[in-house]
Amino acid sequence: MGANSLHVLKGINFDVKEGELVSIMGSSGSGKSTLLNILGMLDEADEGSYTLDNVPIKNLNEKIAANYRNKFLGFIFQSFNLINYKSALDNVALPLYYQGVNRKERVEKAMHYLDKVGLAPWSHHLPNELSGGQKQRVAIARALASDPKVLLADEPTGALDTKTSHEVMELIQGINDDGKTILIVTHEHDIAKMTKRIVNLKDGVIIDDNFVQQVRATQYV
Amino acid sequence: MFSRDRWDEILEALNANKFRTFLTAFGVFWGITILVLLLALTNGLKNGVTADFGNFATNSMFIWTQQTSMPYKGLPKGRRFNFKLNDVASLKNDFPQLKYVSPRNQLGGYSGGNNVIRGTKTGAFQVNGDYPEFIKQQPMDIIQGRFISYSDINAKRKVCVIGTGVVKTMYDKGEEALGTYIKINGVNFMVIGTFKVSNSQGDKEEDANTIFLPFTSFGQAFNFADNVGWLAVTAHDGTNITTLKPQILESLKNRRKVHPEDERAIGNFDLSEAFGRVNGLFSILTFVGYFVGALVLMSGIIGISNIMLIVVKERTKEIGVRRALGASPWTIKSQILQESLILTILSGMVGISFAAAVIWGLNYALDMNGPVENFANPSVSMSVVFIALFILVVSGLLAGLIPANSATKMKPVDALRIE
Repeated sequence: MGANSLHVLKGINFDVKEGELVSIMGSSGSGKSTLLNILGMLDEADEGSYTLDNVPIKNLNEKIAANYRNKFLGFIFQSFNLINYKSALDNVALPLYYQGVNRKERVEKAMHYLDKVGLAPWSHHLPNELSGGQKQRVAIARALASDPKVLLADEPTGALDTKTSHEVMELIQGINDDGKTILIVTHEHDIAKMTKRIVNLKDGVIIDDNFVQQVRATQYV
Repeated sequence: MFSRDRWDEILEALNANKFRTFLTAFGVFWGITILVLLLALTNGLKNGVTADFGNFATNSMFIWTQQTSMPYKGLPKGRRFNFKLNDVASLKNDFPQLKYVSPRNQLGGYSGGNNVIRGTKTGAFQVNGDYPEFIKQQPMDIIQGRFISYSDINAKRKVCVIGTGVVKTMYDKGEEALGTYIKINGVNFMVIGTFKVSNSQGDKEEDANTIFLPFTSFGQAFNFADNVGWLAVTAHDGTNITTLKPQILESLKNRRKVHPEDERAIGNFDLSEAFGRVNGLFSILTFVGYFVGALVLMSGIIGISNIMLIVVKERTKEIGVRRALGASPWTIKSQILQESLILTILSGMVGISFAAAVIWGLNYALDMNGPVENFANPSVSMSVVFIALFILVVSGLLAGLIPANSATKMKPVDALRIE
């Protein structure tokens, strides 16, 4: 897009194992969102390789990319990105719709995940009838609905106050405890400390990559 | 393609912004309504004017005598003259292209004095002396009995065929008219038939108040000898009466000793020419109808395109989200296309129904209040309507396709970034 392209990432090499909870940190412009978008196949790298669950991700056309995203990945956005004319339940069911799951099963699964994030009673509310924390929990349920291999969260707490942030992180830690691999982009240190591994980016390169002692969010809630 | 889930998705999206949906739908609705009404009204005008010609065979002309304006062969100018019965025979003989040559005579006239008596009843009617062919030039429905025949002509029978208006005035309700006698200018004629003029307009009353007599009996009863009032001439289908006209007039002038260049001696009215003129006018009118209709339709199309463009722009982010969740470009495209398709079809149908209702109302009002001059039976052919709808639908599709394409061409990450 645009005439003036910018080299954002300048050589990134790292692996994430199954079940990890990784945070990617860095100041704005460091390339952390670009990295996440490439991992999410929302953007393409100019060069390099990317292997997801032993599947080399290359030469994607948009149709295959959509299929991979649907099967392998769940997204959590800073601004939630719920579809505002669909109820919480329908939002959660949307990835299943694109998988071709039939209606009955879709509703059942979506209800299951809504229940998991504690929003079953709100299933028929529209997004604008929910609080920020609730919206993000609906978004998390939606990301989980297609049972992806990896959850990618871009500043999931960026639009939330501290208390709600901790509630959301508690939920994310719980999901990780169940064995899901999760990558979180954040620039907040206290959020990063709640993950198990912190990758620091600066000007498009990794400056350090450490496993840390996880701080449980429960103690703040 | 159209599963229930699809429907839900489409209806949800259309419901999400009711006002916008309504505006789009209204543009289409209005476009097609105007188009259909415009064509129907043009048609109504055409039907009305065409009906004013009655259903007289249009490849016909009327010829009558006037005063001469030039002296010729020792005869003075300003002379009055008549066609004679033998002119008819010679015309038929000289011009095989002519289908019918009917001499006619007339007595009384519309709203003249009373000229017909039956018992205590009197009435003023137009009385015509005619040949049997006349019914083929001006078709009428014989309700009872028959029309004049050649044996009536040859035997100079005193018989008559009367219109429904005559029956109404001269007979009590339910009374049998056939076989009874009416007295026309003091001469008794037996009723052998009744008629009504089929689907003519305007002159309906005059036509219904007409009595037809055999030409020969008419001449004898009212002292017309073998004089002919005027001629109704119809050519065969292959020949245009207008092209024959100069030769016919020349032949008549020659027979009646009129100067060949005397334009005023013989009057004529060329139905074919007049009809052609009106027809030409209506081809132009119809063309204008289609042209304006097409323009209205086009503005409707621009309306849909415009709104579909905005709709898709507005939903770029939503489309980005859907793609992040795994919607393939084709899924997105087909949803947008189906949205615009359903919108145009539905509103087009509503527009057509609405226009049909208006046309029905017009027709109903016309039926109730009797005929209006120069306007009848506004209608439009189904094929035109469906072609218009088809054009709308196709352009609705195109209108959705262009923005849908650009929305799915964009990288998802860029689509998501748009606020």
